[in-house]
Amino acid sequence: MTPVIEFAGVAKRYDTGGAPALGPLDLGVAGGEALAVTGPSGSGKSTLLNLIAGLDRPSEGTVTVAGQRIDGLSEHALARFRREHIGMVFQFFNLLDDLTVSDNIQLPAQLTGTGRRKAAARAGELMEVLGIGKHARAYPGRLSGGERQRVAVARALINRPALLLADEPTGALDSASGADVRELLTELHGDGQTIVLVTHDPALARACASRSIHLVDGHLALDPRAEAVR
Amino acid sequence: MIGLGGALGRVVRSGVSRRRVQTVVIALATMMAVASAVVAGSLVVAANAPFDHAFAHQHGAHLSAQFDAGKVGAADLTATGHLAGVTASAGPYPTATIHPTDGRGGHFPALTVVGRAGPHAAVDDLDLTSGRWAEKPGEIVLSTEFAGPEMTPGFTLAGSDAPGAPILTVVGRARSVSRTAGAWVTPDQVGALASANEPAGLQMLYRFAAAGTDAKVADRRAELVSAVPAGAFLGARSHLDTKRAADGNAAPTIPFLTAFGVLGIAMSVIIVGSVVSGAVGTGLRRIGILKAIGFTPREVVRAYVAQALVPAAVGIGLGVVLGNLMALPLLADTEQVYGDTSLSVAWWVDVLVAVGALVVVGVAALVPALRAGRLRTVEAIAVGRAPRTGRGRWAYRVTGRLPLPRAVTYGLASPFAHPVRTLAMVLAVVFGTVAATFAVGLTASLNAVGDAKDPESRAAVTVLAGAAGGPGGAPAGGPGPAGANAPVPAGGAGPGAGNVPAGGGSSTPADSGRIRDAVAAAPGTATSYGLGYADVTVTGIPGSVRAALYQGDSRPGGYPMIAGHWLDGPGQVVVPTRFLARTGTRIGDTVRVTHQGDVQSLRIVGEAFDTSDDGTRIHADMASFASARPDVYLVGLKPGVDRDRYAADLARVVGPLGGEVLGDTSSGRDDLILVLDAMAALLTLMLVAVAGLGVLNSVVLDTRERVHDLGVCKALGMTPRQTVGLVLASVVGIGVAGGLIGVPVGYALHGYVVPRMGHAAGTNLPPSVLEVYDLPELALLGLAGVAIAALGALLPATWAARTRTATALRTE
Repeated sequence: MTPVIEFAGVAKRYDTGGAPALGPLDLGVAGGEALAVTGPSGSGKSTLLNLIAGLDRPSEGTVTVAGQRIDGLSEHALARFRREHIGMVFQFFNLLDDLTVSDNIQLPAQLTGTGRRKAAARAGELMEVLGIGKHARAYPGRLSGGERQRVAVARALINRPALLLADEPTGALDSASGADVRELLTELHGDGQTIVLVTHDPALARACASRSIHLVDGHLALDPRAEAVR
Repeated sequence: MIGLGGALGRVVRSGVSRRRVQTVVIALATMMAVASAVVAGSLVVAANAPFDHAFAHQHGAHLSAQFDAGKVGAADLTATGHLAGVTASAGPYPTATIHPTDGRGGHFPALTVVGRAGPHAAVDDLDLTSGRWAEKPGEIVLSTEFAGPEMTPGFTLAGSDAPGAPILTVVGRARSVSRTAGAWVTPDQVGALASANEPAGLQMLYRFAAAGTDAKVADRRAELVSAVPAGAFLGARSHLDTKRAADGNAAPTIPFLTAFGVLGIAMSVIIVGSVVSGAVGTGLRRIGILKAIGFTPREVVRAYVAQALVPAAVGIGLGVVLGNLMALPLLADTEQVYGDTSLSVAWWVDVLVAVGALVVVGVAALVPALRAGRLRTVEAIAVGRAPRTGRGRWAYRVTGRLPLPRAVTYGLASPFAHPVRTLAMVLAVVFGTVAATFAVGLTASLNAVGDAKDPESRAAVTVLAGAAGGPGGAPAGGPGPAGANAPVPAGGAGPGAGNVPAGGGSSTPADSGRIRDAVAAAPGTATSYGLGYADVTVTGIPGSVRAALYQGDSRPGGYPMIAGHWLDGPGQVVVPTRFLARTGTRIGDTVRVTHQGDVQSLRIVGEAFDTSDDGTRIHADMASFASARPDVYLVGLKPGVDRDRYAADLARVVGPLGGEVLGDTSSGRDDLILVLDAMAALLTLMLVAVAGLGVLNSVVLDTRERVHDLGVCKALGMTPRQTVGLVLASVVGIGVAGGLIGVPVGYALHGYVVPRMGHAAGTNLPPSVLEVYDLPELALLGLAGVAIAALGALLPATWAARTRTATALRTE
């Protein structure tokens, strides 16, 4: 299957001449795959996610996502790439407090120039599917953690991205809400959504991911596919 | 007292150095506000009393008296210097009235010449502004008030057009604030300049112990009259009359400078207050941390006040220096205009502005710092982490429905989340727009005044027809000091004597009738009219009045009308505002005007905007007076006619008739107008810059607070261009509101200040001076508000667009 993500010799250094925070790393993620990235704090998980999302640039190597090399793109092109191909879910939701739930979800669609009516229809559809339709006109501050994360997932999916990136999606949730989000991600994967999931939670990785990699000090400590190849 | 040692000092220093934008904005805003206040303040002070300043410097004469040398001796006059109430005296100096020429038939203004051995004296201590003093017969020092053409040292003139008249070489120029003479020569030269018709006289200059009112000066004058033989006292001029004439120049600047001064001060208060409040307000979390580690509330307050005062003190210091540097050239121009001697920035203006600015900054910082000091530690630490207050959410809902890009609608709503900060930004933009609108209108008005003051310069070609001594060629200079600046034959700024060429003049007596016919017949002539100046008397006004007498259709050279209409026939007179005030007449009334014994009743048909000759010059048709003849013909050309060629062709025709052709008689812009234009431009630039800095600071604060949200938007796919659009959109509404408020206020301010400037100069103003705005211009000025806001926001917008998304997402 065509890889959605392809890292070739990717390394990221924050200090010139210092040890890389990540890599060098070769990594491929196929379409429809759900990859869990685990590892202790400072292992390079978030750096990896930022490189995939085009929020950061590698110091070495090439990053190809959805068939497009993104490591050399301009900021403008990266932003366009992100809104067309990537959906992001954050640990602390990162919803905009001043916008209603519906407006938050519609925002990425509106940034691409989608008409208001069409964006609202798609947002309504997602809210119904994710069970947050009744909160459409509410503000994020009034929702529970689990509900907020569902809003964040809806926002991430509104542009039907090829890739969903989730950074500790249950890290700020109580166990009930965490289970709720876990179930949601599992369903999405079941529907064929490609997912990269960064998490400390082995249960979440086990439940949602079709494959897990473990990072330690910026290097792959465990990659079943690589093991299999070896 | 704020000590900056130890931990507190380190906190202040780190706050000042880490919050670089706020530190720089506080310093710059304070610097510009202080510089603006120093410029405005020093000019107000300088403009307020330029005459008094220079008068005191020169030990000016409270009374300049003229005596008949045939009836009183020098010793008797010297004795008058010891009369009761006289504190100092100078003289007697011999005087004569001359009617100088350039030796080739060109006449210069009549001059009262005083014989003095040197410029210095106990009274009327002259300033020699160029060259040197007259040391021997044949040398003359001209007054800086001399209204004729510029004469540099070395220029020669004849004492009169009589054969054998003494030749005088200009050796210097001197300034007399008391205006005691038009020129000075050595005492033994005066006798040769006197004539049988205008014999030599004697001048005495006095200073009195009390001379503050007309009545006190009149008392001293009466004592002088009684102290000399009957008929010996010919006349005198009070320093109060001279001051009133001088203040005629200075007075119009005061309403204008006051308006800018008030704008500058109000702007400073708003900007500095807003900047410091913002700086303290955004540092609340840091304050919480300081308190958590053991800082007392009082120490926190001191730290934050000091954090504002440190850059403000730097800004104040720089502002004082900058203000002084900027004020000096303006004061130099003002000095020339007012004839002052050495205007400089008053030291107390610097001190007052600096102290005032420190107090404003201190108070502005103290209020939010006290709030920070009272804040509970837990609350302070929570600032930035806790959910927002929810203010302005309705605006996000409303703008979200606008058919505009989402980044724009999101930005449009953001000002409503911080109403106080937004209000400060709106006020800053309002003040900037008011200043711009007022300055544009003021400049247009001043330029209209400049054009209106010299309508004769509108003529494409001027033909001199009175070079050999027409009616205006040699007016009688009065024997007294009042004649020191005897009226100019054709006005200092107009054509005539002031523009007589230095060489090539014709000595042939001019035939004005044939010259008029030649001008009218010349191919290319579109319009032409004759103009002559004469001294006339008007019932109700003591002494003589200058009259401009027109031959033919003079509408092309007519002055702007305040009321009524320009001359359209004999028997009419057009007068300026001050004439109406002095005579108590109105349009439609009749005045009796006497010209060379010819008494005519003329009906006032219009009130003209004309401040010439102390605002009393009248305009009448030459046909009203049989003996009047034109000095010049002013010609308008048909479209497409080459002026130089026309002038050359006409010169060949009128030369043999005694006429001379001048191609370009336009005078430069009045110095006072240039000074005011420069001041308006400078003060506006500074106010607009300070307004832009105010916006910059507020948008920086806003962008900092929203950097996390912006990071989220960028992570969701907002492009850098959309980010810039979002931030700029957040100030567009502020700019529009500022423009909508600022333009009408600036318009109203112009409508309030400009007429008062006119009244201060003793005249009403015509519509051409008052109605200077048009609709497209006002619309553009409205956009100035948006421009100020956008320029202020551009830097933080670019910063927001460039901030790395990953970094922004980590920011809380």
